[in-house]
Parts: sequence; structure tokens; C-alpha cells
Amino acid sequence: MKLERTIAPEFKAVGQIELIKPEQIDLGNGCKMFCFNSGDQDLVRIEWIFGNLRFDPAKPLLNVAVNTMLTEGTSKLSASQIADQIDFYGAFLQVDYGYDHSQVVLYTLTRHLAATLPVMKDIITDSVFPEKELATFIRNQQQKLQVSLQKNDVVARRKFNKAIYGDTIYGLGAELDDYKTLHREDMLEHFKQMYQPSNCTILVSGKIEQSTLDLLKESFGKDWCNSSIKADTSQPDLKPAADHFYFVEKPEALQSAIRMGLPSINRTHPDFPCLQVMNTVLGGYFGSRLMANIREDKGYTYGIGSGSSSLNKGGAFFIATEVGADVCKSAVNEIEKEINILKTVLVPEDELSLVRNYMLGSLLGSLENIFSHADKFKNIYFSGLGYDYYDRYTEVVKSITSVEVMQMAKKYLDTDNFYKVIVGKY
Amino acid sequence: MVKFNRFTLDNGLRVIVHEDPTTPMAVLNILYDVGARDEDPDQTGFAHLFEHLMFGGSINIPQYDEPLQRVGGENNAFTTNDITNYYITLPASNIETAFWLESDRMLSLAFSKKSLEVQRNVVIEEFKQRYLNQPYGDVWLKLRPLVYKKHPYQWATIGKEIKHIEDARMEDVKAFFKKHYNPQNAIMVVGGNVTTEQAKQLAEKWFGPIPAGEKYHRNLPQEPTQIEARRQTVTAKVPLNDVYIAFHMPGRLDNGYYEADLISDILSRGNSSRLYKTLVKDKQLFSEIHAYNMGSFDRGMFVVEGKPLENVSIEAAEAAIWEELEIIKQQLVPADELTKVKNKTESTMVFSEMSLLDKAMNLAQFELFGDAEKLNHETDKYLAVTAEQIQKQAQEIFRKENSSTLIYLAA
Repeated sequence: MKLERTIAPEFKAVGQIELIKPEQIDLGNGCKMFCFNSGDQDLVRIEWIFGNLRFDPAKPLLNVAVNTMLTEGTSKLSASQIADQIDFYGAFLQVDYGYDHSQVVLYTLTRHLAATLPVMKDIITDSVFPEKELATFIRNQQQKLQVSLQKNDVVARRKFNKAIYGDTIYGLGAELDDYKTLHREDMLEHFKQMYQPSNCTILVSGKIEQSTLDLLKESFGKDWCNSSIKADTSQPDLKPAADHFYFVEKPEALQSAIRMGLPSINRTHPDFPCLQVMNTVLGGYFGSRLMANIREDKGYTYGIGSGSSSLNKGGAFFIATEVGADVCKSAVNEIEKEINILKTVLVPEDELSLVRNYMLGSLLGSLENIFSHADKFKNIYFSGLGYDYYDRYTEVVKSITSVEVMQMAKKYLDTDNFYKVIVGKY
Repeated sequence: MVKFNRFTLDNGLRVIVHEDPTTPMAVLNILYDVGARDEDPDQTGFAHLFEHLMFGGSINIPQYDEPLQRVGGENNAFTTNDITNYYITLPASNIETAFWLESDRMLSLAFSKKSLEVQRNVVIEEFKQRYLNQPYGDVWLKLRPLVYKKHPYQWATIGKEIKHIEDARMEDVKAFFKKHYNPQNAIMVVGGNVTTEQAKQLAEKWFGPIPAGEKYHRNLPQEPTQIEARRQTVTAKVPLNDVYIAFHMPGRLDNGYYEADLISDILSRGNSSRLYKTLVKDKQLFSEIHAYNMGSFDRGMFVVEGKPLENVSIEAAEAAIWEELEIIKQQLVPADELTKVKNKTESTMVFSEMSLLDKAMNLAQFELFGDAEKLNHETDKYLAVTAEQIQKQAQEIFRKENSSTLIYLAA
């Protein structure tokens, strides 16, 4: 029988998606610990996640600097001793600053946990931010910032965030002078208030044995005490700017960075899954309309995409790309054209069913290993949602109609209120 | 330990199957044994441009991405100086779609004019975005030709210049396909929730009928031994000075490779590494400094790169780097420090087994090196390296006459 190569093989829709739920352990000091156990590999990832403290515009860098400098010394260990001990056991120590939370992460072979955990305990409970290390940190950060500010996409992102989030922790784009506001005493105080059990969530994923739990309880259990001042993790409301258009001219630019969008809803809003589908159609995957038009038809760019971010105090919808400087205006026009089509013409059923399958496959594929299951939990837990969010999400993806996609576009892509940032030529 | 089964089709296509029933997903990874090193010096950037064209439709399937997305799959590809690698991840129940798509484009492309025209533009924008419109973005366009005078590693995968991409013609595209894209020049890895039986049956069905094509025999000009130090200084619109010192080092399969790789870890991996501790923290000469090797298949490049602080002269910065290199040449690495970098290599290997796609790509690459099983002996190769061997390799690599220094001066 001749092989029929022009017709696609039969395929199956993605069925039930099973998420691994954690076991919760109470540490008796307000710190919540969640465990995702899977014994395939002899390794474990432990994340200590802390809510950022309320933003102080006069000292804007405290949250990020305290987090980044946790590896730089405790009263017992120097920065170099910390690095030596972690590296010697083949472990990885990361600090990660995010808009709402800051975290400290340890990746280690389970058998080396007993050797690496004491270092983590020291960092999290007893960091001292030595003056000399602070001076080095400031100088090196200032140098790196100078390089970043030469990148059009970075400048565009900073301008955009400032415009839609205002003078808040989300809108912060550090300037060289901001580093002058960093002082050791403030950092120590910030550290004491933020890095305490009642403001901490621990996520453990990987091969978890009884001895793993015993070690964790011993280090971060009842002997780890809260400080007298409760962590103030409240944040002021977002204040979008009045100006909606920002153009930073770079006369020698070969490409212009474009970033446009507006404040939007976050994951807690019932429309969020629907919005995600609309986003995918517009610019959320390789076959999206923005990619199909602006890259694959016009060849204006190497890549273009849209996305929605979900933060505690709100969200944002945005489109970002870098395009040939000579076609920047045309690219903006095409972006607006695609948004307009989404608002006025129903998405054909064929395209919508493709997006449905793509999104379900993508969700399934994102559950690669036990770490991914912990990541999925983080998304809902810190938004105050339960696992039914994922049930609702898959239900929406499976059943959403073209009319609903159009409603989302009309409701959330109000182009008259778009913030538009161009860095390069226009 | 990554287990696998292996078979070869009559047309020469090598197939490896890694069964992993713990995931609902599957991957199909195809490595083509062609990279930028196989290009004509007057048509550089072609292997990479060609990679883009592989997504422009094949002989029986007008659209590559669309049917894959429809079954919940995703794909991507990358080109290096040595190889071109394509991969698909999708729900395992739809694995046949991956076989269908990949076999059709191995059979023949559609060679659409529109696709060539558009992808030329897309690649030119990629050239601008990654190499020209970024501070220090053009470093590889300058450093490679300084280090390599004969070997085709002298150009980056993106190509020497935009004009080479603009000039690409359909007849060149067709000739490139014929020469490199056939079963004999490819290695396929199927991984995830599939059985070897199933993979065998699907491989026979979809790839079996593809003509074997001609085997490409690589015969590249070899790089002569460098005999004098090279140096280039450029003044550029960058905010900070930057120092690059590149050395020739053993290729991926040559003796001495593992030593060289561990040397880069000793010098620069993590905050406990020598260059970071000494030059960033103690002596306060650099804001950042890195040492790495490119993992090239032929004789490769060992690069030390650092941005000196504003009050530090280029001469002082270079001297400080050389001082560290002299130490590793003259003194045996202490036992604890050697254990440290070996432990890191070992745990990195365990962590990489968390990813199905990483496992598939690694199997393909080691099969290209002669035997996929080598992947499972990789850690042992690192563990066997001695302090004496490290010293000997450091002495061979870190010689002035083996160095090419590129200085960026902030305008």
C-alpha cells in the first residue's frame, strides 16, 4: 500500500491532566512547608520564598539588594566560605528577586543535604551584609547597569513598567544614583523584618526521605524564631502614568524595540483563563497571528510575542518585539491591525481548535518533572487560589467559543488606552 | 544512567529509543551532521539560514508548524558551528504526527520562493538583533577570525556578513539539502512514553522509504599551529572596556578535552572559582570575569573574558589574568579544589537527567561521537582526570603564542 504523506495521522485530544499535590508540614513557627516527593533521581530542590516588604521610594533598592547579597556573608561565614561549601558538594545556590517575592534556592544531591543545609540556615537567619561586600556589589551592579541601558529592549521594558505601574516596586527601574541610597544598617533591618518564619514558605521537591524532612525541621523548625516586628508586605496601589507614548531616540539604531500594552487583570480574576486563550491567538505561540504576520509574512523581526503578567496588585497585557528600524512604523500599524481584527472578526473554528490543543499539550508538556509540579503550585498558591484553578483553566481552554475570544479582545485590548514605548527610530 | 535501544534503517538512518514511561510526553530529536563549519567561505551563515527554511513547508505538507500545534506539540531547532539539531515535544499519544512531519522534510522540502525571501529577512533581523544592535554583540564576528586563519570556525553560525544571507539563492538551498539532509547524515532519537517496538514500526513506515542519498565526507582545512600572539583593539560604542583572551584547545574528542573543561570550572565556575574570588572580590580589578570553552568538535577555543573596573588599565587587567593562568600552570590544583569541580560535574549530569529533551539531545550527540553509550561514561571521564594532567594541559593552552587578545575600548 502506498504511504499517504499528504494526510496527517490520526490524533488524540489531551485527556485528563494530573497534577501532583503537595504534602503540607507545619513547622510550628508560622513557616509553611510544602513537599513534592518523587524518587526518580537522588536530588532535591528547596526554595525559601519570602514576601517583599513594602516599597519605599526613598530606598528603592532594599528588596533586591538584600536578596542578592544573601550570599555575601553571615556572622560566621564569609562570602568565600559560603561559596566554597556549596560548590564543594556540587550543589547550586541561587537567589532570585521577583516583583512580589524574593527567594533563596538550593539544588543539591539528596545525600549532600546534611552538608549544605547548615549554610542555607546561616544565610537565611544570619546574613550580615559586610561593608566591603556591599561596596563591591554596588560598584559591580552600577557597571552592569551601564551595559543593560545600552540595550533597546531593556530600556523599553523599563519605560513601559514605569508607565503602567508608576512609582512602585513593579515600576522600579534602578538608576545609577539609586545605589547611593543603599546602607548596611537599612539592609540589616530590612533583612530582620523580611526573612522570618511567618513571612516564609518553603517548597521542597525531588527525592524526599524521612531524613530530609528531619534535617529541614531541625534547621527551620521551632528554633527559628520570628522577630518582634511583623513583616509589612502590603504595597501601595498601582498608579499608571498620564502620558501614553514614550519615544527614546537612538539615531544609530539598526532595530527599534517596541513595547505596548496596558494594565490588566491578574490570575485571580475569573476572566484570566479566557484572556490567556485570546493572548495565545494573538501572540502567545509560534503560530500566533503576530508571528504569522510580522515575522513569517513581512519578515520585519526575528521574534514578536504578547503576554499577560499576573502580579499581586494587578497585571499587565503587553506586546514586545524588536524590528528593523526602517519598518518600525509599519510594524506598529500591523500590530494594531491584528488587534483590531481580533476585536471585529470571529476567530475561525479551525484556528481556535488548534490553539486549544496547543495550549493543552503545552500544559501537559510543562509538567516535565517534579520541579514543574511545584512551580504549578506556586502559581496558584501565591495568588490565593486552589487546584480548582487548573480545572477551570482546562475547562475554559476546551470549551471557549470564538464569541468569547472576541469579547476578551474588546474588553481587555482597549487600544485607545494603550501605553506605547519605542526605543530606536520611529 | 540513560538507558536506550538502538537500530539502523536500511537507508542508513540511525535511530535511538529512550523509553521513559514516567512522562505522558514524547520527544523526537533529529540531529543532522552539518554545521557552519561545512559552509563555503563565500556563503557563510547558510547552515543556519537553511535551518529556518526547514520550517517553510515540505514536499507533501505545505505547513510544518500548524499540524504539530494542532496535536499539542511544540518544536524548535538550533544550528552550531558543528551540527544542526531539530526537536519536537508532544503528547506521546500523538507521536506519529512527529514521524510524519520529520520524515517528509527529510524526503524533500517544498523549496518555496516566498519562504526563502521571508526567512532571509528574518535571519537578517536576527543578525541585527543579536550581533549588531547589542553592546559587544559583534565580539564573535571579530574574535573568530582572529583565532582561526584556515579552519571554518573563523566565522560565526550567523555568517560573516549580512550580504552572504542576502545573496542566498534557491539553487544553493537545493544543493545544500541534497548534500546534507538525508538519512545517512542524520541521527534520530525518540524518547518518552513510547516503546522501542512502536518506534521501530513508525520509523520503518515513515523514514524507511526515504532514499539513502549520498554520504557527506567532511574534509575541512585544519588550523595550523599558532606560533605568535595575536592582538586586536577596537573602539566601540560600549559603556565599559572589555578584554577577551582566546586560546586554541583540544577538540571535543581529543585527548586533553576533559582537563581543559575542568580548568574552565576551576577558573570560573561559581562564586568559589579562582578568577571571581581573586580578581572580582580580593583584588577588585574586574566587575565580572568568565572562562569557558566552546565545546567545539574540532580544535576549540578556550576564552577568558572580563570587564575591568573603570579605574583599571587594560595592561593591569591583562596582567592580572595572566598571573592567574601562570598559577594554574605552575602549581598543582589542590585535591579539595579538584574534588569540588568533579562533584559539580557529577551533580550537573544528574540534574540534566531531569529533562527528557536534554537526555534525547545528549544521546544524539554522543551517537554522533561514535556511541550513544558514551553519555553514560561521561562522568567517569571527568572523575579520572588528575591534578598532573590538569597542570600539563594548562601549560599547553595558556601560552602567549597560543593566544589571541581582543580589546574593546569604550568610545
